[in-house]
Amino acid sequence: MKQVEILVIGGGPAGLCASLAASSLGAKVLMCERDDVPGGQLVKQTHKFFGSEKQYAGDRGYQIGQMLVEKVAADPNIEVWTDTTVLGYYEDGVVTCEHEGAHVKIKPQRTVIATGAAEKFLSFPGNDLPGIYGAGAVQTLMNVSGVKPAERVLMVGAGNIGLIVSYQLKQAGVDTVAVIEALPRIGGYLVHASKIQRAGIPVRTGYTILEAYGNGKVEGAKIAKIDEKWQPIPGTEEDIKCDTICLAVGLSPLTELCWQAGCQVEFIKELSGHVPITDDFLETTVPGVYVAGDVSGIEEASSAMVEGRLAGLSAAASLGYGKDVAAEQQKAAMAELDELRAGPMGERIRMGLEKVAAKGGAK
Amino acid sequence: MRIEEHPVLDFERGEKITFTYNGQEIEAYPNETIVAALHAAGIRQLGESPELHRPRGLFCAIGNCSSCFMTVDGEPNMRVCVIKCKQGMVVESQKGKGVIRV
Repeated sequence: MKQVEILVIGGGPAGLCASLAASSLGAKVLMCERDDVPGGQLVKQTHKFFGSEKQYAGDRGYQIGQMLVEKVAADPNIEVWTDTTVLGYYEDGVVTCEHEGAHVKIKPQRTVIATGAAEKFLSFPGNDLPGIYGAGAVQTLMNVSGVKPAERVLMVGAGNIGLIVSYQLKQAGVDTVAVIEALPRIGGYLVHASKIQRAGIPVRTGYTILEAYGNGKVEGAKIAKIDEKWQPIPGTEEDIKCDTICLAVGLSPLTELCWQAGCQVEFIKELSGHVPITDDFLETTVPGVYVAGDVSGIEEASSAMVEGRLAGLSAAASLGYGKDVAAEQQKAAMAELDELRAGPMGERIRMGLEKVAAKGGAK
Repeated sequence: MRIEEHPVLDFERGEKITFTYNGQEIEAYPNETIVAALHAAGIRQLGESPELHRPRGLFCAIGNCSSCFMTVDGEPNMRVCVIKCKQGMVVESQKGKGVIRV
């Protein structure tokens, strides 16, 4: 059995920053990553990040990912296991994983769960046809593999992912015929929306997809306008010819390990699903188990990185590391999170976190 | 089709290799996933659902959803969205749930 001080599960933006922060206070870290390289979904983000300089605003997502991965690789306190899927969290605090094809047990003193999220699906007839992808899948195909994923795309969802991926499709030479959004307004940042509208891609709010059709693959979709009760309005149906339908309808936190560890998990819709209840230091209701990033509620990568830092600091501090500096650094991370969640775009998250606090979390 | 020109990214692909898909030769690069090489060759149907035999394609591309199961070198239920291409590998559409090799 492998003994470690701090186990970080997941090598995305939250896990990378958790590992670096814990190590900076002197703790020894093992970071497990399912993929053959760490970086998580940063690897396919070709757009420039917002936020402040502290969250690397102005840099492109994949560049931030590369920089963090290099820092982690050069850090003697951090051991990285790639091709490693964490499978279970047991009552006695033993974590099991599949590591390079073998079943391995780990006994960590502290654990940071940074498993991220999965794309949500949408139910409509024909939704299982080849050619219906999560928007993130299309990003992976074109931005990681350099493969043109489609010719004509219908994008479902006008949140940031739907808007950004439509723009990236254009950069890859793919037409997006329309972005449809069931809500009466665009969910993502207006700067992304205006960019794609300037590129000639219509964003149609108040529309839903009724069905996808095609013989063995997507050949088109039926869409319709919806009323205030989300019911299709008869007579507004339209036929859209496309070979691909991208679903950008949100993400769900990947909380399986939190459930297994016995953490209190609650459904909080503002945070996009079931999330573990945490205190201000991102410790769950199971002592020694921390969370960071999308697993504790869907937000942007900038927040995931700061949450990772906070969870890493907290885990290391609880082991007695960084006695003189940890409290101040934790406070600074909390202030950065407040800053990222300020303003109208952060309202939903703030509401969600208030619910987390009300469920017995925040100290 | 592969993207040759991109305003932000350069794709360094390395040396070309080949593998077979249902007996057909497919061109690939060692750092790309099986699903990427199949998409580049215009192949988007990867298998079929085990009971109703409906066509199945890629959905998540990051090893989460299990929509892309295929048989690779005789091993069934492989997530071809996260498995990298190797020279000479044998990739097949899977019928049913597959038989686990002992």
